[in-house]
Formats: sequence, structure tokens, C-alpha cells
Amino acid sequence: MSSIRKSVSKLFLATVGMFLFGFALVPLYDVFCEITGLNGKVTGPTFSEYENVGNREIKIIFTTTNNDDMPWVFDSLKSQMRVKTGEQNLLNYVFTNTTNKPMIAQAIPSVSPGKGAQYFHKTECFCFEQQFLEPGESITIPLKFVIDPDLPKDISSLALGYTLFDITKDLVQKQASN
Amino acid sequence: MSAVIEGHHDDHHHHGPAKGISRWLFTTNHKDIGSLYLWFSFIMLFIGGAMAMVIRAELFEPGSQIVSPEFYNQMVTNHGLIMVFGVIMPAFVGFANWLVPMQIGAPDMALPRLNNLSFWILPAAFGVLIATFFMEGGAPNFGWTFYAPLSTEYAPPTVTYFIFAVHIMGASSIMGSINVITTILNMRAPGMTLMKMPLFVWTWLITAYLLIAVMPVLAGAVTMMLMDIHFGTSFFKAGGGGDPVLFQHVFWFFGHPEVYIMILPAFGIVSHIIETFSRKPIFGYESMVYAIASIALLSFVVWAHHMFTVGMPIAGELFFMYSTMLIAIPTGVKVFNWLSTMFKGSLTFETPMLFAIAFVALFTIGGLSGIMLAIAPADFQYHDTYFVVAHFHYVLVPGALFSIIAGVYYWLPKWTGYMYDESMGKTHFWLSFVSVNLTFFPMHFVGLAGMPRRIPDYAMQFADYNMIVSVGAFLFGLSQLLFLYVVLKAIFYGKKATGQVWEGAKGLEWTLDSPPAYHTFETPPNLESGEAKA
Repeated sequence: MSSIRKSVSKLFLATVGMFLFGFALVPLYDVFCEITGLNGKVTGPTFSEYENVGNREIKIIFTTTNNDDMPWVFDSLKSQMRVKTGEQNLLNYVFTNTTNKPMIAQAIPSVSPGKGAQYFHKTECFCFEQQFLEPGESITIPLKFVIDPDLPKDISSLALGYTLFDITKDLVQKQASN
Repeated sequence: MSAVIEGHHDDHHHHGPAKGISRWLFTTNHKDIGSLYLWFSFIMLFIGGAMAMVIRAELFEPGSQIVSPEFYNQMVTNHGLIMVFGVIMPAFVGFANWLVPMQIGAPDMALPRLNNLSFWILPAAFGVLIATFFMEGGAPNFGWTFYAPLSTEYAPPTVTYFIFAVHIMGASSIMGSINVITTILNMRAPGMTLMKMPLFVWTWLITAYLLIAVMPVLAGAVTMMLMDIHFGTSFFKAGGGGDPVLFQHVFWFFGHPEVYIMILPAFGIVSHIIETFSRKPIFGYESMVYAIASIALLSFVVWAHHMFTVGMPIAGELFFMYSTMLIAIPTGVKVFNWLSTMFKGSLTFETPMLFAIAFVALFTIGGLSGIMLAIAPADFQYHDTYFVVAHFHYVLVPGALFSIIAGVYYWLPKWTGYMYDESMGKTHFWLSFVSVNLTFFPMHFVGLAGMPRRIPDYAMQFADYNMIVSVGAFLFGLSQLLFLYVVLKAIFYGKKATGQVWEGAKGLEWTLDSPPAYHTFETPPNLESGEAKA
């Protein structure tokens, strides 16, 4: 009957393995998104100088959205820009905490079309950090970005959307559980 | 493990079952546990069915009639969860318990005590799930697919009970699968090679592997939800760097193999019934086995066809579209094999055969609407409409459920030793056949016309069809009460059945008495003697 013992332990190991695989899907999914540009996910800060600046002009559209019932006022100073590929560009965003409580927020970017995301390089961005604002406080933060000259020819415009999330509660919860 | 099995034999050798409730609570007998699973599934069918009746009563006319939209959402969610995890899956596990040992000539399942445990945690899981109806915030209301953030940030507080219920159901399925695989791989009668196994055993072997591959992933998904809700992680929260779309990928990585888990054993049951009542061996046995295996393998690379509209690169849409369409090939092989088995057979149409033929016809309709949904550009039109509801109910109700009903009629005389009432069985069939089509066929039309799923109210132009659907659904619900009556009548007043039961039935279980002794095949059958060949 040791063959039964052997079958059971193999199957039990397979079960544990598949449970771990479920969690491995999380980093795998991020890698997959990065390769395919799925979801318009953009990578961290990158800086590169381009030799051939290129003279293609690309239209960039900027949108801002508040998630759920996030009460802050959040907007970019321009709603669209025409930029040259390979050149540094700068655009300011304004955050205002309109409530009477201190709050922490996080802006999450998304580029569309998704396959253009990997050519949208942000060299400085508030999306890499959390914003803490006192009641009524307002700040202006710049976004610096470069459009890769290798951007496929069939893309003539890109849209960069930010969604602002209220993460005050999550952070408090996290600290509590730590 | 040897101690478990031998100890079990010493306790019960030449004994009948224990008396009273303790027989059922502590049983390690595969036949008892099979019956427990089947009765549990039968009870859950009426609970989940009652929820479907509430849904159809609400949708009988446009406007808000009977229940609040919040309660309607709870009905839709729990109807789906109960039918998938509480009816179809336990029913097939019940069949596996009854039939796998008898069909391979084994004395019992390989792990009898684990078998008892995997059944008895199931009522606990559904007790927890159903108890949420009486808690503050109400039962889960986010659909049986429980997409984040609906099931995390916006979920009722009872979601934690739901998560534990899913964990327990998953544990039950995994333990059951380990048991089935271990039994099939180690306890076949001498001479029964893998390619001589009855098709039902083959389908369950592959189903059990699918369960072991995907139930742990589901457990992972609900664990991530639990951590997002209570421990401040951000697996599915965009605000913390997670991604709600990730949930859909993880869920459907489980979910698509899951739909084959609910249909592969049906293929096995239907194959046996069709060969019996055609009085011919199944056409293309080997191609049947390879078809089941290819369907199972393909099920791992098609999951994103459930989420074509989520925003995928074109290459992804194309990959999942073509891989999905590929599944039509092995499925087609099976359908044509069933037709070829019936071709020039000496057919008779007893109730199990009627349900099996209806299965082949109506499951194929569900398969064809599946091909339509697989076409990525067309899916943008069909997504989240009643067309999808029509599709998956066609494969699950006249598909999986009909095969279960067919299997119950087919093996009931063997299990209980009593024949059911044939004319009542046929009445049950015709009532079910007409009403199931009346219920689900018009859903195709309202779906194509744009009626969204999961809503308690709808636009006026869908009113006529919805009334027809509701009438069909009430009729189908009542017909299943007749089924319960036929089963009870057979058990209490049925005529004695012979061991062979059906003239054309082949396989080891038919060489036993009806009902079989409490312990069977304690010495393995001799397969070389000819008649016992599978």
C-alpha cells in the first residue's frame, strides 16, 4: 500500500504548489503587463537622452479622475499638449484637500492606447509617491515626461489618465496590523 | 495508509452498516458516502432552485415587483454559488463514490476516512454561506464570479463568511480529488489497464486532476481578497498599486477549468447510457479518452475569453479567441462519437436514454452559442447580456444537470435494488425537456436584443419573452418535484430490479446484485473471464 502513500503525497504537493502558483500569478501578471502594455501600465522613472530627437509631433491628452467619493480637487493645468518626440516636457498638476481632515492620496496613471504605454517615459512624477495634505492645503507638483522617438508610426496621440485614490484608511489599517 | 484500509476491513468484515444516525456520520463506506453526496446535492438543488424561482418571479414583469434590488442581487449570487458548488459538483462526486470502486473492481475508495471528512465539511460550508442571509448586511451580493472591488471594497461585511465557505468547499473538492486519483491509479482490478477503464472513470480521473490544479488557485484568490479586506494589502486595490483586473485573471484561471470540471463527468455518464441503450460498444473509445484529455489541457489556455472587453492587446484577444475555438474540435469528436454509437444500434428509449439524447442535442446548442461568444469582436456585443446567461444555462442545465438526472435513472435500480416508474420517468423527461427550452431558449433573443444580465428590472420591449421564460422556469422547477417523487416512489414502492437491470448494460457494476452488498469486490474480479470486461 506504499503506492497509495506515494500517490497521496505527490497529489498533496501538487495542491500546495498550485496554491503558491496562485500567488505567483501576481508578479507574473505584472511582468506580463510590462511586456504587452496591458492595462496601459507604465514603468518607474526612466531617464534617457535621445540622439535623434525626431521631429514627430504627438498630441497628448491629460485626464484626471477621482476614484469613488474621493473629495479632493485634482486637475492638470492643461488638458492637452502637442509635444515633439525625444524632448523633455513639463506639466503641473494641482492637488487640493477640500476636507477638514488631513488625508493621504495616491494617483495611479494609465496610458492609452495600451501599446503606447512603454514609449511614455516619465522622468519625474507624483505617481511614484503618496501625497499628504493638511485640511484645505493645496500643492502644485510637476510631471516631467519624454515621448520615445521609437513610438510606433500608427500612434499619433496618447492619453495619460490619472485616477486619485484616498488611501488614508488603508495606511492606518496597515500600520494597525503591523 | 495501509493501517487505515486494513483496520477498516477488520471492523466491518461481513458486517452490514451500523444502525441509526451514526451510520451516516461515521461511515467510511463509499456507497454510503456516495448516497450522502447525492442527497446533499438534491437538497441544494431545491434551495438553489427556489432562488431561481424568486429571480424569475421578479422578472415576470418589468418594474420592481416582489423583492428589493439588493435582495435580488443576493439571490443571483447565491443561486450561482449553490448550483455550481453545491449541486453539480457534489452530485458528480456522489457518482464517483458510488461508481468508481464498482467500475474498477475495487473494494472501496483508497482513503475512506478522508472520504468521510470531505463530505461532512460540505454541509458546514453551505451552512456558513446560507447563514449570511440572516446576518447584518445580508448575503453576498456581488455575483458568483465575485469580481474585486465589488467583493472587497464594496462588499457587505458577510464577505468574510463567504470567503471561509469557499475555502471549505475547495478543501472538500481537493480531498475528494486526491481520493479519486489515488483510487483509480492504485486499486484497479488486475488486468484493467488504463485504456480498458470505463469512460466514466476516465472522465473523473481527468476531472480530479483539473480540480487539484485549479481549486488551490481559487483558494489563493479568496485569500488575497481576505488580505485586502482585513490586512491592508493591495492585491486588487489600484490605490495601493494593485490591479482589479488581476482578480479577473486569477479567477478565470480557476473558472474556466471549473466549467469543464462540471461537464467532463457528464460526458462519462452519457457515454455509458448511450452505449447501453444502443446495444453497441461506444464508438471510438480511444478518441473519447484523447478528446477528454485535450479538452482538459486546452482549458488552461482560454480563460481570458471571459474578459474580452476588459482591455487587452489585440494579440491577446486573437490568442484567446483561437484557443477557445480549438476546443470545439475535441468536443465535436465526442458528439460525433455519440451519434455514431447510436447509428444502426438497436435503440430503445427508456428515461435515462431520453435524458442522454436530450443532453447531446441541447449541450451542442450550448456549445454553438459558446463558439459565437468566442468570437472576440462579436463578444463585445454579447458580453454581460442574457445571451451569455442562455449559453451557460444550456451547457449546465440540459447539459450537466440532465446528465446527472439521466445517471440517477440509469443507476438508481442498481443502487437501491428497485426500479423507478418508467411512465412517470418519461413524464418527468418530457416536462423537463419542454420547460428547459421554454426557459432558456428565449434568453438568446433578449440577449441579442441587448438585455443586460444581473438586473432586477428591464426595458418594456423585453417583457413578452421574459414572461415566457418565467413560465418555463416555474414549470421546470415543478417538474423537479416530480423527479423527487419518482425517486422516493422507486425506493419505497418500486419493483425489485435484477442485477443486470438493463439488457445492454456492460461493466463490472452490473455483475453485482441490485442493490450491491455493503462491501463488494473484496476479492478483485477476474477480468479475463470475459463478461466482466468494461
